[in-house]
Amino acid sequence: MTTAGGAPGLAAHLVVQRGRFALDAEVTVEAGEVLAVLGPNGAGKTTMLRALAGLEALTSGRVVLGGDVWDEPAAGRFVPTVDRAVGVVFQDYRLFPHLSVVDNVAFGPRVRGERRAAARREALAWLDRVGLADVARRVPGELSGGQAQRVALARALAARPRLLLLDEPLAALDARTRLDVRSELRTHLAAFGGPSLIVTHDPLEALVLADRILVLEAGRVVQDGPPGLVARRPATEYVARLMHLNFFTGVLTDRDTRRVDLDSGGALHAAAHDLPGAEPVPPEGEVDVLPGARMLVVVAPSAIALHPREPGAGSPRNVWRGTVTGIELLTDRVRVAVEGRPSALVDVTPAAVADLDLAAGRPVWLSAKATEVVAYPDPGRAPLVL
Amino acid sequence: MRAPPTRTSPDRARAPAGPGTPWVLGVPAAVAVAFLGLPLLALVVRAPWQDLPRLLTSSGAIAALRLSLVCATSATAVSVLLGVPLAWLLARTTGRAAGLLRALVTLPLVFPPVVGGVGLLMALGRTGLVGRYLDAWFGLTLPFTTAGVVVAETFVAMPFLVVTVEGALRSADRGLEEAAATLGSRPFTTFRRVTLPLVAPSLLAGGVLCWARALGEFGATVTFAGNLPETTQTMPLAVYLALESDPDAAVALSLVLFAVSVAVLALLRDRWLRPGRAA
Repeated sequence: MTTAGGAPGLAAHLVVQRGRFALDAEVTVEAGEVLAVLGPNGAGKTTMLRALAGLEALTSGRVVLGGDVWDEPAAGRFVPTVDRAVGVVFQDYRLFPHLSVVDNVAFGPRVRGERRAAARREALAWLDRVGLADVARRVPGELSGGQAQRVALARALAARPRLLLLDEPLAALDARTRLDVRSELRTHLAAFGGPSLIVTHDPLEALVLADRILVLEAGRVVQDGPPGLVARRPATEYVARLMHLNFFTGVLTDRDTRRVDLDSGGALHAAAHDLPGAEPVPPEGEVDVLPGARMLVVVAPSAIALHPREPGAGSPRNVWRGTVTGIELLTDRVRVAVEGRPSALVDVTPAAVADLDLAAGRPVWLSAKATEVVAYPDPGRAPLVL
Repeated sequence: MRAPPTRTSPDRARAPAGPGTPWVLGVPAAVAVAFLGLPLLALVVRAPWQDLPRLLTSSGAIAALRLSLVCATSATAVSVLLGVPLAWLLARTTGRAAGLLRALVTLPLVFPPVVGGVGLLMALGRTGLVGRYLDAWFGLTLPFTTAGVVVAETFVAMPFLVVTVEGALRSADRGLEEAAATLGSRPFTTFRRVTLPLVAPSLLAGGVLCWARALGEFGATVTFAGNLPETTQTMPLAVYLALESDPDAAVALSLVLFAVSVAVLALLRDRWLRPGRAA
């Protein structure tokens, strides 16, 4: 992830202080890489995007793209948006309502100095690429949400940006359209070649579209890594919940059995895990994490089994008692909330609900194989002895 | 109080949906309607319809009408050229200075036009604050010239345009200007290609209002530019003058201005007379 020198990537340290809100985040995106910035509402995602676009000035830090300093308050340098060549697909698209679709897309080439006919030709080529050449003469008010989204993307790309920013690109679309646009968007992002950054609060969008995910919470980066890693080893409860994982914090108490005593009560034993496709990380369990280290533990709801009575010998390492507090029917399975030490969400089949006679208040036993329990050092909590 | 509607009331279908109109409000309102409508009615009733062609084609009337149209249109053009940038400035600035500036702009709206005319004389008259230099350096004299009429009308009418356009600029979507900037558009290009087209309907409305106000201008014009036939005698001045010598001609000229006003109102109807529709 080097973006020093003339490399065409983005390297930024964004500090924006505004009233009681503070954004302080390091962001790097290589050329051709797609970074998803994932975070809850109010985490500072949009502020980050606006700061990169020059629509908001930094309080401190710097923004460097391909060796060009765009913003560095300490050096008194600020390149205005118009000179940044940054393509932005806004969440509400912001198409010019008084211009036809083709003139919207031709806007960038026009202000770059191209003649009307040439600019239109170029715009039509872009519209063709996003499959919208047939609506070129319409005005934005006559477009569907999915069409408007693609026009906004074509317009941004036609301006030949060096950096592409997309703010919740699919948020305004209905579920059906979102599916189509998402796969197309992936193709266009791959063809772009420069660094792109997608702001989203939808984990699926981030997982599908991005090469890397940066999780932003309350203005800080809490995790930055490949989608596979973020999905398997979430750094915070927020990310874990997005990835539909049971999430616990605790303290490593036994290195050999990889026992973690959980803050919420109870203990879980973990096993070593390989992470295919993930960046090299210290393999948990085997690393020199000393007893007393802060640990994060995740278990998928589908990896926990429910039993009507205590399972016998030869059963999984982790066995504990609980009480059913809620049952929720998902599309293809049933999610059971169980209170215990620790409390957990458990996914079972509808048949199992009947077999186990599950209902709120019913006492049950839970079990999870150690191989299904992933424990790793809490990246946000020093001291971590490696 | 109105009697409560009954099943047999023939008015029922046409009765307003809300509670009935109390007579304490209804009667004065009816008087107001009569008061506003009567002069217009009188104008039409008392018009010398037979003599109208002769009265209106008399050289004086034609000259006055032509002068009025030329001056009002020129004043509107000047107002657009100077007023739109001013409206943009007002819409984009905040704080104390902006408040003062806005007060200054709206002042001519409530000013007695005669006072405006006197002010213009003091400023741009042959011996005025600025006028003396215009005279000495450029040999330019404004009072009692056609240009003076345009100046007086612009002074009175421009605020109508500024206020209308400013409101539209204020409520225009700044997000689109941001989008234009990301596409490489410099601020003035954005203004020309994005902002201005978006407020075009309000610019048209403001322009028509401004033009109508300029067309009817009397006080500031007569004070600053005088009442010289063919040079500074616009329709309103001609009407006033004719009233003393030839009342029929005055009524005929008034009818023309009346017709112009109705035309303007018809033009603006969609934008201004439909409550709930943004200008």
